Amino acid sequence: MEPLLIEGTAKTPTVKFDAKDGVIEIKGRSIPENSIEFYKPLVDWLDEYSATPLGLTQVNVQLEYFNTSSSKCILDVFKKLEAIHKGKNEVIINWHYEEDDEDMLEAGEDYESIIRVPFKMIEIVE
Amino acid sequence: MSFDVNEYYSNLNSDDVLIAYKGNVTSELISNVLEVIEARMDDYSETSRIRKKVYNVLVESLQNLYHHIDILPPETRKGFDEKFGILVVSREESRYRISTGNFIESEKVPQLKGKIDKINSMNAEELKDMYKFILNHQRLSKKGGGGLGLVDIARKTGNQLDYSFHEYNADYAFFNLDVYIDY
Repeated sequence: MEPLLIEGTAKTPTVKFDAKDGVIEIKGRSIPENSIEFYKPLVDWLDEYSATPLGLTQVNVQLEYFNTSSSKCILDVFKKLEAIHKGKNEVIINWHYEEDDEDMLEAGEDYESIIRVPFKMIEIVE
Repeated sequence: MSFDVNEYYSNLNSDDVLIAYKGNVTSELISNVLEVIEARMDDYSETSRIRKKVYNVLVESLQNLYHHIDILPPETRKGFDEKFGILVVSREESRYRISTGNFIESEKVPQLKGKIDKINSMNAEELKDMYKFILNHQRLSKKGGGGLGLVDIARKTGNQLDYSFHEYNADYAFFNLDVYIDY
């Protein structure tokens, strides 16, 4: 399965989804006015990946900013991962936040309370 | 007499203003404003915590404008741009103020007022629950709006949303929203 690679912009994150090593990364800023268009290929890729996932899928989310339009699409991405986890494959979501960014930590905890996948909160110390 | 948008804008545009804009609210405008504000906040050597809060709240405020501006019919537009909105970001003594304004159909006023009053009546825990409920249960509109913007702003600022509606004509009102971020 082909990896999904998207360069980041001022309003959209860098995306690296690799089925070979089971590593999924979303990094940077996610503040487009309409996020549906941006996130569709991510959700589609996960749909395909979920047919034959690796025994362990590691997810790294490291966002500096994300808007509320993105928050729903990120939830859609996590729901795909939840389905993989339900199918008896291990999934871990590493949620990164900068040390004094309590809003980003809280956002991660919101997702953790909705999605049945283990989360690891990782503080980035500068 | 109908509400004077221009006079209202000049009154806002005093104090320590980081940016003041009136005109079309487009995706490009939002990008430009965010770039300017990031640079200006560097000038104030604000902590990254405050910088992030202001940035986040500004993104939501601008995108609320972008998604919810109602377009005045040409015959009553009187020189206003089609997607006319105003934005003023200022740094007051102990807080940032983000003021936005846009035209809205008068019939939508009661619903919006009700939504803001409800948000203002909630404590942090209730806002968190409301946010999570909407996040998990409401679908995005075609335009990408999620009905979460105001709740998110209230959560991140921890302050009341100040607002007013001004009658523009029989069918349209001008909606002003003031959001405060303590620093």
